[in-house]
Amino acid sequence: MSREDRSLRGAAAIVGVADDVSPTGELDRTGRELEVAMVLAALEDAGLTLADVDGVCHPESAVAFAEYLGLHPTFVESTMTGGSSYEVHVEHAAAAIAAGVCDVVVSVYASTPRSDRTRRRRRPGRGMPGPNPMAEWELPFGLRLPMGPYALAAARHMHEFGTTSEQLAAIAVQTREWATLNPRARYRDPLTIADVLASPLQVSPLHLLDCCLVTDGAGAFVMTSAERARTLRKPPAYVLGAATCTDHMGITQMPDLTTTAGSVSGPRAFAMAGVGPADVDLLMGYDSFTITALLHLEDLGFCAKGEGGPFAAAGGLGPGGALPMNTNGGGLSFTHPGMYGMFLLTEAVRQLRGEGEARQVEGVEVAVAHGSGMFLSVMSTAVLGTEATL
Amino acid sequence: MSADPVRNDPVSTNATSTNAASADAADPEAAARTRFEPPMGAESGPFWEATREGRLLVQWCTACDRGLFYPRTLCPHCGAPGPLEWREASGRAIVHAAVVEHRPELAGAAFAQGKPFCIALVDLEEGVRMMTNVVGCPPGDVTIGMAVTVTWEPLSDGRQLALFGPAGPAGPAREDADPS
Repeated sequence: MSREDRSLRGAAAIVGVADDVSPTGELDRTGRELEVAMVLAALEDAGLTLADVDGVCHPESAVAFAEYLGLHPTFVESTMTGGSSYEVHVEHAAAAIAAGVCDVVVSVYASTPRSDRTRRRRRPGRGMPGPNPMAEWELPFGLRLPMGPYALAAARHMHEFGTTSEQLAAIAVQTREWATLNPRARYRDPLTIADVLASPLQVSPLHLLDCCLVTDGAGAFVMTSAERARTLRKPPAYVLGAATCTDHMGITQMPDLTTTAGSVSGPRAFAMAGVGPADVDLLMGYDSFTITALLHLEDLGFCAKGEGGPFAAAGGLGPGGALPMNTNGGGLSFTHPGMYGMFLLTEAVRQLRGEGEARQVEGVEVAVAHGSGMFLSVMSTAVLGTEATL
Repeated sequence: MSADPVRNDPVSTNATSTNAASADAADPEAAARTRFEPPMGAESGPFWEATREGRLLVQWCTACDRGLFYPRTLCPHCGAPGPLEWREASGRAIVHAAVVEHRPELAGAAFAQGKPFCIALVDLEEGVRMMTNVVGCPPGDVTIGMAVTVTWEPLSDGRQLALFGPAGPAGPAREDADPS
């Protein structure tokens, strides 16, 4: 059977989600305590218990976390691709469930960069181990991470396609419109394009308000087989398609600064799902920076390459728009603890279930969670759908 | 609009993050340096040795006749393990993308005399792309497509870092040399 004929479509579903954020940007709990709370809450959401879990995903060490939980899983997954790690976990967990490797998988995230700083809590070292071409060939030039690489991509996009700062700002503005509907969002006050442009330049052409937050945050999801999912507490969010692609680590090695590996992962995930951009009711597109989200709009096929600026500026991404994007308020206004991809999933699942409260989009059947990791380096696309889409 | 002093801190914005200042944090001599000095990779000895004489070398794949950067033990274009050889580059390049860091203190107190500076990706005539700082003109004057030539900044161990400055009137690279 050729690769294209092998598919995960409908084999597994997300059946439980949990997350914890605060409008203050800080959480009281941290570390393992917070991770455990998320796992238990996601299992409770699904109507499962720890005893059901035989697969563990954790981007630092699934083995150490399984030991802490007292589990003896047959599937451990520690892939760390930065912000897209949790979309990769969706893909790999669904594959493992489909292949009979395990039955119930939990993936967890907790990070408290903001309170670590304000409370002067010691943080584990975050340096990149081993041979590191970025240290040798990029960091000596004062490249600020993660922002610098994104600024280079934005500068090139502006040069090639005439994209403007106003168009990038339109993404931040529409995302804030969603955040005003979310009482848990960090920032809820209305934002204008003029506000974004008046915020201090960081690495040009990016302004402060083109950049994501730094907040505490945590979350977890639980996945199981489609058969078992139907017996559980909440409506399943089926994995219709999933795909990942990476085309560089350091920005110097990115083949084309204006086209991400999402141009591979997106079409692959859509092909597996049997849907296209026109079928998407909700886009959860990783917004570490406004340019990040703009590139997703193009690379996933919501508009043509180079037209992301006019597309975003035309509106349609906010409440009532034709393509609701980042309905929780995104990394730009809701939360961003560093690896934001978990929150793409928790929001997508809630919208598919109709649990979106004031920000609920009518009739969400197909939702896309598109994670971006490292420095536009690793794109992972998960297409999720309701029972009706199977 | 909300002020948020923690936002955009280079250490805490991303779990994968590091930067010049944080990478040097444990090094007591670092404060005296003007910039984070590059470690030397296992494959890049000839590159760095040549910089001591102000020569810019590019690794070349003789199997597919293309330059490659950064140095490796196989060609990332064609997968051939070699033979790879070192060739001296002209030092002429075209700016592919350029940005200005408006918070230079984040790169270290002494970096760029504390003034906004330009970070660029430049395409060498030999067809490889490098990151650099474009110096010798105001950082905001650096434009995509601009012709630049190499200029050297000494490091503390005698190696030199390849920076670039606006090309002089003699023999600048041309915009149409841009391999993209």
